Amino acid sequence: MDISMKWLADYVDIDEPIKKFCYDMTMTGSKVEGYEEEGAKVTNTVVGRILSKSKHENADALFVCSVDIGREEPVQIVTNAKNVKEGDLVPVALDGATLPEGKIKKGKIRGVESYGMFCGLDTLGLTLHDFPYADPEGVFVIEEDCKPGDDIHAAIGLDDTTVEFEITSNRADCLSVLGIAREAAATFQKPFNYKKPEYKGVSEDINKYLSVNVENTDLCHRYIGGIVKNVKIQPSPRWMRERLRACGVRPINNLVDITNYVMLEYGQPMHAFDIRYLAGGKINIRNAHAGEKITTLDGVDRVLSPEMLVIADAEKPVAVAGVMGGEYSGIMDDTQTVVFESACFDGASVRRTAKKLGMRTDASARFEKGLDAHGCMPAILRAFELCELLGCGEPLNSVIDCDYNTRPQAVVPFDPDWTNAFLGTDIPAQDMVGYLEKIGFEVRDGNVYSPSFRIDIESKADIAEEIARFYGYNNIKGTIITGIANAKLTDRQKLERKVESACISMGLNQINTFSFISPKYYDKIRLPQNSSLRKSVVITNPLGEDTSVMRTTVLPSMCEVVARNYNYRNPEAALFEIGTEYIVTGEDTLPLEPVRLAVGMYGNGTDFYSVKGVVDELLDTLGISEYEIEAAGEGCGFDEVSAFHPGRVAVAKVDGKPLAVFGELHPDVLETYGIGVRAYAAKVLITELLDIDIPEKTYKPLPKYPATTRDISLICDDEIPVALLEKLIKEAVGGILEKVTLFDVYKGEQIESGKKSVAFSVSMRSHDGTLTDEQADAAMKRVVKALSKINAEVR
Amino acid sequence: MKEQLENIELRARQELEKIQDSAELEILRVRYLGKKGELTAILKQMATLSAEQRPVIGQLANRIRADIEEAISARMAQLKAALSEKRLKEERIDVTLPGKKREIGKLHPLNSVLNEIKEIFLGMGFDVVDGPEVEYDYYNFEALNLPPDHPARDTQDTFYVSDKILLRTQTSSVQIHVMENQKPPIRIISPGRVYRSDAVDATHSPIFHQIEGLVVDKGITMADLVGTLDLLMKRLYGDDCKIRLRPHHFPFTEPSAEVDVLCFNCGGKGCSMCKNEGYVELLGAGMVHPKVLANCGIDPDVYSGFAFGMGLERIVMRKYGINDMRLLYENDLRFLNQF
Repeated sequence: MDISMKWLADYVDIDEPIKKFCYDMTMTGSKVEGYEEEGAKVTNTVVGRILSKSKHENADALFVCSVDIGREEPVQIVTNAKNVKEGDLVPVALDGATLPEGKIKKGKIRGVESYGMFCGLDTLGLTLHDFPYADPEGVFVIEEDCKPGDDIHAAIGLDDTTVEFEITSNRADCLSVLGIAREAAATFQKPFNYKKPEYKGVSEDINKYLSVNVENTDLCHRYIGGIVKNVKIQPSPRWMRERLRACGVRPINNLVDITNYVMLEYGQPMHAFDIRYLAGGKINIRNAHAGEKITTLDGVDRVLSPEMLVIADAEKPVAVAGVMGGEYSGIMDDTQTVVFESACFDGASVRRTAKKLGMRTDASARFEKGLDAHGCMPAILRAFELCELLGCGEPLNSVIDCDYNTRPQAVVPFDPDWTNAFLGTDIPAQDMVGYLEKIGFEVRDGNVYSPSFRIDIESKADIAEEIARFYGYNNIKGTIITGIANAKLTDRQKLERKVESACISMGLNQINTFSFISPKYYDKIRLPQNSSLRKSVVITNPLGEDTSVMRTTVLPSMCEVVARNYNYRNPEAALFEIGTEYIVTGEDTLPLEPVRLAVGMYGNGTDFYSVKGVVDELLDTLGISEYEIEAAGEGCGFDEVSAFHPGRVAVAKVDGKPLAVFGELHPDVLETYGIGVRAYAAKVLITELLDIDIPEKTYKPLPKYPATTRDISLICDDEIPVALLEKLIKEAVGGILEKVTLFDVYKGEQIESGKKSVAFSVSMRSHDGTLTDEQADAAMKRVVKALSKINAEVR
Repeated sequence: MKEQLENIELRARQELEKIQDSAELEILRVRYLGKKGELTAILKQMATLSAEQRPVIGQLANRIRADIEEAISARMAQLKAALSEKRLKEERIDVTLPGKKREIGKLHPLNSVLNEIKEIFLGMGFDVVDGPEVEYDYYNFEALNLPPDHPARDTQDTFYVSDKILLRTQTSSVQIHVMENQKPPIRIISPGRVYRSDAVDATHSPIFHQIEGLVVDKGITMADLVGTLDLLMKRLYGDDCKIRLRPHHFPFTEPSAEVDVLCFNCGGKGCSMCKNEGYVELLGAGMVHPKVLANCGIDPDVYSGFAFGMGLERIVMRKYGINDMRLLYENDLRFLNQF
């Protein structure tokens, strides 16, 4: 809400510098977003009177003027303006002046000295709406009461300051000059100079002109109709135009300007109809009929629906209640009799209608926050007062008032002890009364009576806020809460933290990606068409397709980031994200939100075993020692397996339950994402890890006796996984086995095709004594025998 | 014989002077002192000496042997020291060449700051609670005193999944879950993702993080809120940090406040970073609205509480001087590696 300081001065005498005004208002709750001093960009510009005008000796299109600027000597100005003549008052930007377009310097124009420049409306940052009499093409010939040498700001009223307030949704009463003035008066301990509007009016029976019927009294709490006759449509006076302009409203004509002026001043939206266009002189406030149409003031044809409230005449809607008037019932240049509407409509209804029609107006913005039905009468009286002041019409001295308002006045117990206990303060009761009375509350009989315009007041807490904001939030001394503090992380939080630190230790960098994705991402990772992961939580009003569904898998977001880093020419990347997936559970139920670890890597010698190593190390760190790694394919428990190279993908299982999938990304996926190198990824179920019974770590005594090591090299079918060989070796060696370490896998020359050579180092140790060669040899014999069962022969 | 011995000593000493490495030294030792060495050869002739001469020469021979031995080992020590010096000299390296790092990864700045904030609150006795991101309208709005068609809903452009289900616009929804499931005293924070229908630009993102705080107990005051926030900000930004509270409106708190922190850049004088205000808006807070307590089955006549909510991105961007929020979700390693 933009407020003119000049206008505010009608109601409260502010002598603070503008900066202090803004700061203090902010601190009592009327947040100032900023302020703008009108005409601040115009300096060193004065009123000049043209004493003479003659042709430029060197240019046909230019004139040389002698101009009185209030100094002893006139100055010479060269201009191309045809619309000025001797005796005219014009704005003169003198040497050194600044204008919105730039600086003015004296100089020679075609050989003739010019001390400055005449200004047009646009040069001063003004429009025809500000000065309708001005010539829009030429120099602004001033018709105001001023004299040569006057500063241009004062001369044409370009000296107001506009302050922009951010008004919260509970304070529709502050969307007005009066509301802000009341707050300012309380903030600066100044009187609030409100005067009841007064007007003479003409005695005539209004019922001869107009009848009003409120059909839907639930949505129309009050409707006041008034008549102004013998209307003369003209531009409104300069002071009114200036104030409207300062508050960001375009002046139109005197009658329309009055309705806007009253809305800005009193916060009560008004509307004006030309009675000629109200069929039957009737106003009926009713719901629209299905399919009914109206052309609104903005020239748009709109189709109405039955839940919308309209102002109708005997035949048709003439306005959408609280939102906008109709184009064919408004004020025209030849309007003679005007109907003023000052009404109170239901906020939620106006809000829904404005939203559905896609037009938010100054009026609807006020109504939807909830207005005070008591505000209708003063507003229409003020409009009448202004009509008489401007001499633009004769209001009748009676109105039609249909009042269905049932909202009671809010009465809250006055409880200073409770308030102090609640705020943690020690504010004397009489100070509290002082703060409250200053903003229109009454305190009597142990109660606080809220003014009718404060529709937000309901409870003691509301009263406490009013007291606190004028006592000063920052005068409340901070205290430390007492009581038992027994905080700890949950198991899940601890687990996530462990995963995070394990990943960091392994050199992975953490990323954060959006949780919504495009459904196309599922194609990008080659997810099968029938995959249940394609069923996502869908956003009905997304920003775009790219962010339209909640992801059911963290993998594509990771691929996206891998691709981005590849495209940024980062030579290598090792990334992880602890992210959430959103798994649909039903139509009206919330999705599951399990936590996942995603890993993505490429470059610097990264291969399948690098990403496998990450999974291994992570599980080890978490204390999960018993897990199996298997080559993965369809039906492995992860539909994302399709995103991987079919020969280079594995799952890790604990107790037969798949917990991780990892491997090299499928060449098609790499191509789709534009990743020009082999890249690797993993997805680990984190939430499910919580279900695994992880044994507490216990100390094992350090070995007392030396280990014995035997190497074994064997040839077997290429198909046999190394893990199986390892398993057989472990079983065969038995209790004395310490470790089996793979140290070579070889295929190629000297090895029959379809076979491979595999070499292990087997370390054995007993806790009862040094192993003898015989014991070790016997163990190795068992190994050889076991291996021979799968045709793995020692070389 | 005496002369012979003295001659040996003299020659040995002279040769010793010239020797430059330990191998030559060993040859010399063997030549003079070895079993087949010159000294031994002379001593073998002792038998030819008279009984009087024998002890004299014997003594002399022993002295000379000892002297030569000593001289050899002294020379040996000398050579060793020289060698060692030479080697150390040769092995000098350029210590300014880059080190071989054992690289660890880095936390995302959002996570590292969030971890820090969690630690602060854990230390103050606040539990950390998680809540659903896809949420019922009831928890995100209605229970927080924002019925349908409440004008304040406009300030939070909402993504909807259905009429009743939405992407939470604020972590305040977790307040309701906690109060429904836990009797006071309550002291929690709830960090997490929230969603608003804002197009991506330098200061907006449709996804961002909030940290909600909630304290409910008997006798909780607004002064407690002020004290808690003051402590938080001092822990986060240092003891010089100064906050101010401004009256504001949130439907679920009363009184409500916006909390600003003194601009670090200009110290309150006003600059481009604080839009000339001297303060930067950091979070919203207030006393839990009695209706919200009642909605959760907590008697507002017995209990009171305060709540606050802050944007993590804003805190992170302030802390590191990041001027574009998009960087946080772009995950470019050249950015991530800076933290």
